[in-house]
Amino acid sequence: MHSSAKSTRIVRIEPTQGWGHLGLGELWEYKDLLWFHTLKEITSKYRQMALGPLWIVLQPIINMILFSFVFGTIAKLPSEGVPYPIFVYTALLPWTLFQNACTFSSNSLVQQMPVISKVYFPRLIVPIASTLSWIVDFMISFGFLLLLMLFYGFVPGWKVLFLPLYLMWTVAFALAIGFCSAGLAVKYRDVNFVITYGLRSFMYLTPVAYSASLVPDQWLWAYKLNPLYWVIEGFRWALIDTAAAPSWEMALPVALTAGMLVLGIYLFRRNERTVVDLL
Amino acid sequence: MSSPVIRVENLGKRYILGKPRKPAKDLVGRARQSIGGSFEWLTRQFKEPAPEQILWALKDVSFQVDEGEVLGIIGRNGAGKSTLLKLLSRITEPTAGFAEIRGKIGALIEVGTGMHPELTGRENTYLNATLLGMKKHEVDARFDDIVEFSGVSKFIDTPVKRYSSGMRVRLGFAIAAHLEPEVLVIDEVLAVGDVEFQRKCLGKIKGVAKHGRTVLFVSHSMDAIRRLCTRTIVLEGGMVAFDGDTKAAISHYLGSGQEVRTEYAITPPEGSDELLANVYRLCIEDLDGNPAEEIPVGKPWQVRLLFEVHQPIRSFVAALALRSEAYGTVGTTWSSPEDLSPGRYSVVFKEETIHLAPGRYSLIFGLSLGDLRSLHYVEDAGILEVQNYSIGESVAKRLSGVYTNQMDNKITKIS
Repeated sequence: MHSSAKSTRIVRIEPTQGWGHLGLGELWEYKDLLWFHTLKEITSKYRQMALGPLWIVLQPIINMILFSFVFGTIAKLPSEGVPYPIFVYTALLPWTLFQNACTFSSNSLVQQMPVISKVYFPRLIVPIASTLSWIVDFMISFGFLLLLMLFYGFVPGWKVLFLPLYLMWTVAFALAIGFCSAGLAVKYRDVNFVITYGLRSFMYLTPVAYSASLVPDQWLWAYKLNPLYWVIEGFRWALIDTAAAPSWEMALPVALTAGMLVLGIYLFRRNERTVVDLL
Repeated sequence: MSSPVIRVENLGKRYILGKPRKPAKDLVGRARQSIGGSFEWLTRQFKEPAPEQILWALKDVSFQVDEGEVLGIIGRNGAGKSTLLKLLSRITEPTAGFAEIRGKIGALIEVGTGMHPELTGRENTYLNATLLGMKKHEVDARFDDIVEFSGVSKFIDTPVKRYSSGMRVRLGFAIAAHLEPEVLVIDEVLAVGDVEFQRKCLGKIKGVAKHGRTVLFVSHSMDAIRRLCTRTIVLEGGMVAFDGDTKAAISHYLGSGQEVRTEYAITPPEGSDELLANVYRLCIEDLDGNPAEEIPVGKPWQVRLLFEVHQPIRSFVAALALRSEAYGTVGTTWSSPEDLSPGRYSVVFKEETIHLAPGRYSLIFGLSLGDLRSLHYVEDAGILEVQNYSIGESVAKRLSGVYTNQMDNKITKIS
């Protein structure tokens, strides 16, 4: 009797024709899983380590010291009148987030295969949770940056209010790449190498270790298509007021990110349907 | 008036197998292979696979399940049971046909997957429950019940890595059991956990069905299938071989469609080797040599093999084995080696008391030489049906396992 009263949803299981849909509605239904899965990613990462959260700041700090020494002290690259450590750390902050989110979300499906092959849930949750978990690391590193800035006598102004937007952009761009590669990585493990080496070269196409003012003018238009160029310039602009302010030129890379994100989800959904069969 | 909860129409799943490749003998060939192999995926994208590479794990499967039914699914390994469950629980997509499920489907496939060892029982409960499709507020509401059912309440804030495997399974099952989906899919969970917990699970599954929900139950345990399922499907080679009454389904499965008879004609072995000896008939009898269709537990019985020897044979041995579908090979008996001259013979294996639990057993025989060279070997040569114990229904129903023997017993008051 109870079943006739309530309108139960009918799930139809059949081969998907064409590209299917994005499946965002279902993702929303499973938002609690997304939350707990992200929590799991965060806690499991550090619970077993003696130094725990210290590792989070260690990665950008070591990079900062290396970069300051190699590029600041040896190569003597200009840093727009700002102490080199701060100059490079402001860029390392979003870059480290991007790099980790990309690498780990690309590999996330492969990692979660034991669960994926036994239970159904929207698979999009896996790379999303993997990416979101790195925001915690970002926050902690950000706290360290504030200490560093105080040490050098910098006080960030009202522009820091723009940082959440830049943060979202970084996450969106990392997700776009993660979606594209996560599904493929199950089929072809080569994808992880491509991501690792790709990121390494990509860092040099992004003003992490050097100032964007060094880029020759005739290449600047292409250079500015890179969403991370704007993110890193944005971070420097908001925190130490050295780099390019937000401008209309951002529209194209923003649209590029959005397009890649949608394409990434489609690609991911296309792969996820039969990803279990590839084992 | 009510439409079925599950409707499956011509469901099929095709797998494409990898091409077996022989490694090249010379260095150049091997180098060419390893370089060419890297680009093989490109051609694979556009080329239709060869017919021998296609495997239909499931083909043209159609059935319906009504509300409140407990449907058993049985079949040998590779018959397509797991594939069917994977399709219905949406883990992978079908290649052909469709299935419609009214309401939420909850899978209980290998409970405890998705638990993270570093997280506590409490954290894992939330993670696992949401993984199975629950909302946080639903878990909040059922949390105490889940913990109580699992019996690990003392350790709920301890990391799961310190749990015994039994505790993990219990917590996993408790979570899944409180999922309350319209359709519950269960794959071999009862194989784990202690007896007490197994009983709890069976009770819970029965309860689920009583509340008007539907259960799909895959198991190798005919005993559990017999006790739980109102209807059973037998899968063979990816297709539905039988669909109907559980008892009939089990005997179909155990006998693979063979009827129980008292005499089985046996065809000689194939092959080009010279035939030294072959069995031509197998009979199941009582000790007087009368044909016996069913042997009651604890009663005498015998198997007679009629065979023909074509050439003189030195140290000839006949052997008989019994196999239970649910439990595997039960035992093997050998005759002592003898030298035989050509002619027709009969060998009788007899037992004064049959110690097998009620059910069907398949008979396997082999004729061989003393050096174990096989002359004629046939699996599923015949079927032995063992009947319920004669001392009453109530006891007989509780016999489980393969071996049954009423041991001498006596109840004495000691204080």
